[in-house]
Amino acid sequence: MKKFINTLREIWKYPSAVFGMIIVLALLVAAVVVVVKIPYSEAIDTWRGGEEVYGKNPRNVPPTWYNWFRKDKLVESLDMNEGDEGVTIEEIVTEGGTPIKTTTFEFDFQYDTFPQDLVFYFTSTFDTKQPFVSVKIFTPDEREIKVGSFAIGATHTYPLKQDEKLRKKLGGVVPNIGIFIQENDETQTPVKGIYRLVVESITFEEGSTVQSEFVLTGQVFGWAGTDHLRRDLSLPLLWGIPVAMAFGLLAAIGTSVLTMAIAAIGTWYGGIVDGIIQRITEINLVLPFLSILIMIGTFYSRSIWVILGATIALSIFTGGIKSYRSMFIQVKESTYIEAARAYGAKNGRIIFRYLIPRVIPLLLPGLVSAVPSFVFLEASLALLGIGDPVLPTWGKMINDAYANAAIYRGWYYWILEPAVLLMITGLGFASLGFALDRIFNPRLRGM
Amino acid sequence: MAEKTLLRVEDLKLYFQTSHGDVQAVDGVNFSLPENKAVVVIGESGCGKTSMAKALLRLLPRNAGTYSGKVLLNGVDIMAMDDEQYRKDVRWVKMSMVPQAAMNSLNPVMRVKDQVSEPMIVHSAVSKEFALEQARIMFQRVGVPVDFLNRYAFELSGGMRQRVAIAMSLVTVPELVILDEPTSALDVLTQANIMNLLKGIKKEFATSFILITHDVATASEIADYVEVMYAGQIVEFGDAYRFFTEPLHPYSEKLMASIPRLRSTSKLDFITGQPPSLINPPTGCRFADRCHKRFAKCSEEPPTVNIDGRSVKCWLYQ
Amino acid sequence: MASKKQTKVNIQSVQTELSDTFLSIQDLHVWFELRKFGFGRAGYVHAVDGVSFDLDRGEALAIVGESGCGKTTLMKTILGLYMPVKGDVVYKGNRLSEYSNAEMRWYRSQVGFVQQDPYGALPPFMNVQRILEEPLIINGVKDKKERLERIHRVFEEVKMTPVEEFLPKFPHMLSGGQQQRVVIARAMILNPKLLVADEPVSMLDASVRVEILNLLRGLQEKHHLAVIYITHDLSTVRYFSEYIFVMYAGEIIEKATGDDLLKNPCHPYTLALLSATSDPDAKNVEKFQDVPPGEPPSLVKPPEGCRFHPRCKKMIPGLCDVKRPPEFQPIKGHLVSCWLFKDA
Repeated sequence: MKKFINTLREIWKYPSAVFGMIIVLALLVAAVVVVVKIPYSEAIDTWRGGEEVYGKNPRNVPPTWYNWFRKDKLVESLDMNEGDEGVTIEEIVTEGGTPIKTTTFEFDFQYDTFPQDLVFYFTSTFDTKQPFVSVKIFTPDEREIKVGSFAIGATHTYPLKQDEKLRKKLGGVVPNIGIFIQENDETQTPVKGIYRLVVESITFEEGSTVQSEFVLTGQVFGWAGTDHLRRDLSLPLLWGIPVAMAFGLLAAIGTSVLTMAIAAIGTWYGGIVDGIIQRITEINLVLPFLSILIMIGTFYSRSIWVILGATIALSIFTGGIKSYRSMFIQVKESTYIEAARAYGAKNGRIIFRYLIPRVIPLLLPGLVSAVPSFVFLEASLALLGIGDPVLPTWGKMINDAYANAAIYRGWYYWILEPAVLLMITGLGFASLGFALDRIFNPRLRGM
Repeated sequence: MAEKTLLRVEDLKLYFQTSHGDVQAVDGVNFSLPENKAVVVIGESGCGKTSMAKALLRLLPRNAGTYSGKVLLNGVDIMAMDDEQYRKDVRWVKMSMVPQAAMNSLNPVMRVKDQVSEPMIVHSAVSKEFALEQARIMFQRVGVPVDFLNRYAFELSGGMRQRVAIAMSLVTVPELVILDEPTSALDVLTQANIMNLLKGIKKEFATSFILITHDVATASEIADYVEVMYAGQIVEFGDAYRFFTEPLHPYSEKLMASIPRLRSTSKLDFITGQPPSLINPPTGCRFADRCHKRFAKCSEEPPTVNIDGRSVKCWLYQ
Repeated sequence: MASKKQTKVNIQSVQTELSDTFLSIQDLHVWFELRKFGFGRAGYVHAVDGVSFDLDRGEALAIVGESGCGKTTLMKTILGLYMPVKGDVVYKGNRLSEYSNAEMRWYRSQVGFVQQDPYGALPPFMNVQRILEEPLIINGVKDKKERLERIHRVFEEVKMTPVEEFLPKFPHMLSGGQQQRVVIARAMILNPKLLVADEPVSMLDASVRVEILNLLRGLQEKHHLAVIYITHDLSTVRYFSEYIFVMYAGEIIEKATGDDLLKNPCHPYTLALLSATSDPDAKNVEKFQDVPPGEPPSLVKPPEGCRFHPRCKKMIPGLCDVKRPPEFQPIKGHLVSCWLFKDA
């Protein structure tokens, strides 16, 4: 324990290390929080969900904070339900006994562009007689637009953009633009101000109800944007953290520990054992790592556990074995090992209690520095299409973006967001790893 | 003793800065050495002998703090020189060093002939051929067979490597050579050979030596003068003959009594306790708490007393 | 400070039968194979080439020689770390080469090993308590209380008290002398009957050496141990062991009691060693030491006959360079392998 605190104190001396440590801790904490708040099954369901989950999102839009950097603001998406702020409901009953429900959706339009669409979602309950709905829009410049009136079924979706009648009413301009400009405005400047959408629903039966929902499909959405399937990109960004951490740490720890143990065993026993291990290592060094993983992914299975296992198996017998071996050969000649043999210690005990503890301080920096390479490996595989088909990860995001030619279509955020996260991860672990290396390897101190 | 003084050291100080405080490794050292004589510096590990050698040659580590005093080499105060002048005029020109474990610090990727000729090339504007010729001569002098010239350090035995290190320190024919534990890792016969070599060089080149060692017996082979260091200070200095027959300082007495001798059967003594830490050394006599002859006055710093050409830092002789 | 007890002189000149001598080294040869590139054999390093002697309990023997003479290899073979290619180590009548693994482990608990470098001999990542518990755990002492008791007892013997203060410390927190005491404690903790010490004080300060050597002497007398010192320092040897053996190029060339060797050295190499070992004396400045020329021979192709003959001033041509000298006994109890004494 004391050693740990001493190490922390040493780390404090290097600003880059503190920086790295903060990033690493933030990532680890975020990973845990994400897994707790969005459990695995929920995440998968959401990610693979279709219209019912994502239907209301705009397609391929950047995140909302893009607007901070723009002079002409893009329209933010809105999803207003009954009970939300800005929605007022009034229910009256006429003299004839007919209940009329007036739902007013009010929002402040301060943008310089036009929404992709305005959509009303109605749900109703009734026996035989369908309820009747009429929609009116009141613009800030005192226009009243009678949008339409119609009977609705159990569910009814009414996208304004596709309403031809409305279009004619607006003088041939597409409704998502027409509603927001003054009449006969050639310049098409949107009118800013409070817009009120009034929905009047009339039911004809006892117990019949109507619920309305208004969605303004804007040009920005959420804090991460959306992809080609209208999916909120914040999900793969967040879920990418635990996947990256798990893959990176498991691969790094598994590889480092096994490499060290195998090197120790080989060096201690020497002779044929050592020879075999070295030959395996040399052959493995020549094998093309990425190509083999691609082959496994293509022909066998793309499950992330299979890929992780293959990664570790191929990574154990690499250069690490050679460098540990040179360390162990040195330590093997120590007098205290000789003493241990003299008082009767058995081979296993010597390897695990006398050789390895000597070298463990050198294991840690290597381990920490190796995490980013495994994280990048997972992303690379996903980018190449060999990633786990189920999980939402950063690599998958880049893969989707690439498949949809995101760069050419101006959807830079789709690529930049996962890329930045990958870089931050790499930076954090690398900084921490270098600092640990300086602490544990005295010859590098002062650099 | 109207010999010419080669080296005079006055109040030499060297402190190192550490996170625990200043290590007062060399704390006010005074002595003088006549020409063509050898002084042997003895003391326990950590008493400051190596630091004093480094102070004389200005081979200071990065955390050197206080560095002061006067060092007169042939009357010239070398402490007053700036680093560049010191490097050009003193180091390896007038004074050189064979550091501790020198045989292990030979450059593994240079042939030994290049290593030995390098000090010459660096310090004088001589051609490489001339320097190599000097190296060859020096090799012969120190007893390394000439066909070893082209070898690398790892191809030579420990004794040979030590000779190469000595050759390196002599190739510019300096007036003073400082040797730090030149024989400690060597076998008895090789030690004897090295000591013979040093005796020969002293005769032939009139070089003066400062030999730092904890092996008093071997040191007596070359000692004209003996200097005893304890906790960063010189506690006794005098000619070797009188030192070995009758040491003055209680520490020197105990030290001499703890040396096993081949040719006598006196009982062996040892000194209990440990030397004091050089960070915040105790006030008063630094040996007092281990001294078998201490008395009340010892809580004050003792003066250095001159008795008949020898000096001793002890209240007993006041 | 020679031993006051007049132990019986126990030096045999020929191979003994399997008696119940405590420790008997019989014509021991330890060779190391030199590997060449590929599959060829480049010969053997004849590290120990025909060594025989006996040792009884309560006796201390010093083996003196320069580096490369084979004394370290001899010591490690006695410890069971190397296997001889010929000859044997016989312990209480049993040949080491015939021991099973379990018996070998028992033998190792009977021999204590004190190393030269006190810091290197202690694992830096274990504290003192763990270091001392290791030999006990390995040899089956399962009860923690019993282990602590034994540690306490042995620490009191090496005069490291108060014991509790030292137990949690790590090796780098101790002084050289203290580290060596821990090494000695570890060597003693299994109650060995034989102690092997490899240059136990050469890396310690002069003032501490005497303390440690006294300590070892005290342990030897108290526990009636057989002790083998390996050293190159003739000056210390006399104070702490009865017998001195001189080793050169894999062979023991002279065997005698301490006093006898120093008063009547026989072998030219011994004479050279003695004259090269100085006492602190100001008169040394005036003369050059007499050192035999050359260096110890390569052990891969040692010289024919007496291995010292290329450097020996008194070499007899036709004899010393042809036949290896057997052991002669010029004085009672004093053996020397040199043709100069063939009429003894």
